[in-house]
Amino acid sequence: MGLSLEVAGITKAYHGQPVLQGCSFRFEPGRTYAVVGSNGSGKSTFFRIAALLEPPDAGSIRYTDNGAVLPHDLHLRRRLTLLLPKIGVFNTTVFNNVAYGLKIRGRSTQEIEDRVNDLLITVGLVHKRRQNALNLSSGETKRLGIARALVIEPEVFFLDEPTANIDPKNTEIIEKIILNMKTAEKSTIILVTHDPGQAQGLADHVLVMDNGRIVPL
Amino acid sequence: MHSILYGFIGAFKLILGANPELLRIIFLSLQVSGSALIFATLLGLPLGVTLAWRRVPLRGLIMSLLNTGMGLPPVVVGLFLYLILSRSGPLGVLGLLYTPSAMVMVQTILALPIVASLSHAAIVKVDPVIRQAAITLGATPFQEVTTVVREARYGIMAGVMAGLGRVMAEVGAIIIVGGNIAGYTRVMTTTIALETDKGEFELAIALGIILLLIAWGINIGLRFFQRQGSVRSGVILWD
Repeated sequence: MGLSLEVAGITKAYHGQPVLQGCSFRFEPGRTYAVVGSNGSGKSTFFRIAALLEPPDAGSIRYTDNGAVLPHDLHLRRRLTLLLPKIGVFNTTVFNNVAYGLKIRGRSTQEIEDRVNDLLITVGLVHKRRQNALNLSSGETKRLGIARALVIEPEVFFLDEPTANIDPKNTEIIEKIILNMKTAEKSTIILVTHDPGQAQGLADHVLVMDNGRIVPL
Repeated sequence: MHSILYGFIGAFKLILGANPELLRIIFLSLQVSGSALIFATLLGLPLGVTLAWRRVPLRGLIMSLLNTGMGLPPVVVGLFLYLILSRSGPLGVLGLLYTPSAMVMVQTILALPIVASLSHAAIVKVDPVIRQAAITLGATPFQEVTTVVREARYGIMAGVMAGLGRVMAEVGAIIIVGGNIAGYTRVMTTTIALETDKGEFELAIALGIILLLIAWGINIGLRFFQRQGSVRSGVILWD
């Protein structure tokens, strides 16, 4: 078992404009979900709220582990992560970018070295480990973001448009990484995509964000 | 014309001969300005970070004061510190007037607004997504701050270098609170002023050359940090 996420009645408005209007859904551990919907339908807002980046106006977000409801504290936040559409690359080497999550958790140098190198091999960036990450292409930057998130072994992994604005080759690499994660069933994967084909191909469940609500397809 | 020529010849002799008096004055200048810069950074950086990070009460007023402070006339600062440190002043009992400590204090006051303002500017320019990325990766609030400060490091260093430039070239304030006492509070700029008054140009020119070299070094450092903090490849962290 792992983390379960249940959202109930989530509402959110910006400047009086409703974005989410009662989102409710239960995400089971180890499953992969794809959320599709038109631009402005509230997908990214939902992700930010579900990943505890910002609070909802109303409703509840319940993370449970073996039935126990977990408080929204740092300990919980460190068990999940969100890949933002804009990665937010740190102005340092590729290696240091990926190592960030382990360094802030105080992991040993040897563990950091081993895990980061493993992940850089997985995402095909090991040959660029000493380069400044700001010099990567957009596709490589997405892969870097995925490696940086995976290094902390998130139990719930939100990916907000992981293949937006990148070439088919990089899209293929990222889809392969997501499929491997899905097969491993160690994380609950929740991704946003505009591509219905990609959603069907990657996810166990496809959800539609419509009028600020989540509806199973 | 001869006096200028002999002045330069004498100056180069002092520099190449590593004249002890020259070295002592340079060392004291670096010590005073270096200490002031350390204090200004220790105070100014947290102030800049706090103003950039939180909704501080009177933030607009503080920013306005800092921006005004960047252009403060040094003699005015020197005058006010003199009044505070003089025997009849509120801190007169400390006996700091005409000491290197007073010079460090006045230079700290001059550098602080520059370091704080430019640190603030550097931090607010960091893309907000950097902070969000740190949060999504599990950073504590303190780690969020250090991550953003690290991203702003080149802008902050540029602010520190600008502060150093201001205090190294300063003469009005330190001559008021330091008194230009030979072997005790006499630094490069005050020595240049005094020696020029006396019509003895060798030491003044020698110190002028050293000061120009330091200013050049500061400028190179400033440009380096500004370049490092500017656009790298296609991903923009800085405007």
